[in-house]
Amino acid sequence: MDLKLQKIIPQLITVLIVVLVFGFFTYNAQINMENRGIDFGYGFLSQESSFDVQFSLIEYDGSHSYFRAYLVGLLNTILVSVIGIIIATILGVVVGIARLSPNYLINQFAAFYVEFFRNIPLLLQIFFWYFAALRALPLPQDADAMFGVFFLTIKGLYVPAFIWENLSVFLYSIIAAIIAIVVIRVHARKLQETQGKQLPVFWISVGLIFILPLLSFLMGGVKLSFEVPVLKQLATTSFIYEGGVSLPPELIALALSLSLYTATFIAECVRAGIQGVGKGQKEAAASIGLNPNQVLKLVVMPQALRIIIPPTTNQYLNLTKNSSLAAAIAYPDLVLVFAGTALMQTGKAIEIVSITMFTYLTLSISISIFMNWYNKKIAITEK
Amino acid sequence: MFKYLKQLTSLVAMVAVLFTFTTETMAAKKSKTLKNTQKKGFVRCGVSQGLPGFSNADAAGNWTGIDVDVCRAVAAAVLGDANKVKFTPLSAKERFTALTSGEIDILSRNTTWTLSRDADIGLTFVGVNFYDGQGFMVRKSSGITSTSQFKDGISACTNIGTTTELNMRDFFNSKGISYEPVAFEKADEVVAAYDAGRCDTYTTDKSGLAAQRTKMSNPDEHIVLPETVSKEPLGPVVRQGDSVWEDIVRWSLNAMIEAEEYGITSANADSMKTSENPAVKRLVGAEGELGAAFGLDNEWSLRIIKQVGNYGESYKRNIADTGILPDRGPNELWTKGGILYVPPAR
Repeated sequence: MDLKLQKIIPQLITVLIVVLVFGFFTYNAQINMENRGIDFGYGFLSQESSFDVQFSLIEYDGSHSYFRAYLVGLLNTILVSVIGIIIATILGVVVGIARLSPNYLINQFAAFYVEFFRNIPLLLQIFFWYFAALRALPLPQDADAMFGVFFLTIKGLYVPAFIWENLSVFLYSIIAAIIAIVVIRVHARKLQETQGKQLPVFWISVGLIFILPLLSFLMGGVKLSFEVPVLKQLATTSFIYEGGVSLPPELIALALSLSLYTATFIAECVRAGIQGVGKGQKEAAASIGLNPNQVLKLVVMPQALRIIIPPTTNQYLNLTKNSSLAAAIAYPDLVLVFAGTALMQTGKAIEIVSITMFTYLTLSISISIFMNWYNKKIAITEK
Repeated sequence: MFKYLKQLTSLVAMVAVLFTFTTETMAAKKSKTLKNTQKKGFVRCGVSQGLPGFSNADAAGNWTGIDVDVCRAVAAAVLGDANKVKFTPLSAKERFTALTSGEIDILSRNTTWTLSRDADIGLTFVGVNFYDGQGFMVRKSSGITSTSQFKDGISACTNIGTTTELNMRDFFNSKGISYEPVAFEKADEVVAAYDAGRCDTYTTDKSGLAAQRTKMSNPDEHIVLPETVSKEPLGPVVRQGDSVWEDIVRWSLNAMIEAEEYGITSANADSMKTSENPAVKRLVGAEGELGAAFGLDNEWSLRIIKQVGNYGESYKRNIADTGILPDRGPNELWTKGGILYVPPAR
């Protein structure tokens, strides 16, 4: 009984202190807000926002609500995070493996890259890519076309827009290809387990993903044309490109700096993972007749991934949260649009900051849950 | 002994109540912010992160500008020394939170007085120390000389969290022009991006454009277009809920403007004590009991004029002589064709 009480009392006290502290701050905020005549409430979310945003994935202008502005910011945050995570992962894996390369030049270059980019504050890197690299880009009228259709200018990257006819047929063909690939993979696995035969699954997959969509062009009536950006003069020395799709330089600079920075940490995770697999494992795999490719694919990577994934999850979370530095270079993310402009125009500091915090929390937890699920899936299952 | 305990307790309670009551009324008269300021020995003032002419720090960390002078005037009035000010540089986004959370006591940071800011978010605007309007800056080489030459697709750099962002939308919508807003958190970044060629035009208050132009790599390459697209009355702001402090700040500013009206300058303020004009004598503390209303002495306004100068001196020193806006325009006294008109200090 005594022992039980001894265990419970400290916990009770901790809970009590937390509740008291939280209660004190809530009470304090309430009193102060009342004294200064500030109302609390979320009603403002449905009001007209009356400010425009530079770049949006959904239709938005100032006549939409603050809630819509919130969605614009949220989607922009997700967009830059997803782009950043994809690039950082690819780059991180390549650099991580390169650091273990027996080629002196390659591994030293990879080591230099990691040490250089992870030791400079991210905000400085963002400023560098945006202000220093941006200044070096040409004005729209001076830009040379890359491959005849891309234009990288100080005002952004202009790329041709796709104009589809019968887009749905094309999408169906891709879905059909994916289903076919899954079916073939399952079949190939069965074949190997029962008869020991191996199918060239990779080449079959590549073939399917090209041939089916190609058929949709030849027989399904799908047509694709491009709308190439065209230079338009606004004034004597000011030009833009019209038509096509324009990616703002803010997005490019932010995605670039986030992925270059985070890739260094992922590279180290990958290196640690590969080095964490015992040498004996590789030797054993080689001795039963697997070729080097199979050794990496079937023996080393499955074990390395278990070491790589948990710390890499942290890097994904960091990247997502670091994307809030966007405000410094005018990329309209959640912090700039909602916790910046909307907060200033409404003055609803507590409401907006709490929504923003809750949103980042939700984003981070979703990434965590997904990565934990993936980690569990690849973990060794004891039989 | 215990016989009188009851009586004794009630007596103590009554004294306590009386005591609380008296301290309460004294505090109300002196104002909490004023009391805190006098206790700390400096005025906590929120300013911009560097806007020449309004609030700008030199290499040695000395702040100058007409917004700075408002805070200096308050310090002279309540502490007797115009230098007893602690300046906190704030971005447009941070400024109101810093004020409402009590980090600063005066926000004097080229802030536009609007209904929603005044009524909604726990702020009180006390007056106008600069009448401004939003304008556009473009490169001279662009050949644009009027906003009527703007075309669809123009990109405009500006600050977030400002009225500029809202006016810009109203302006382009009314003209039916599609535009790309590029909004930064800090003014320096807006200027850097515009200067680099990211935007075709840079829009903010015209005084701000004139001031920021001096920071650009080659100021002569840029012009401010003649059109003014909005009303931007800029002035100091205080927290809602301390009406005495609000009055002190309001009348510190008014005293500077009225001093100019009556020709009282930092040089002649002392000699004006013997003036024939009662309005002048009131302003230099030789007549009336004006300071008592705020819980200050009678020479509060004399100190402002002597240490900071009148509005005209402040304008000349900070804005005209620095070449930002030599012409006072609407910021001239009402008696000289401007719209500066303050209620009488009496």
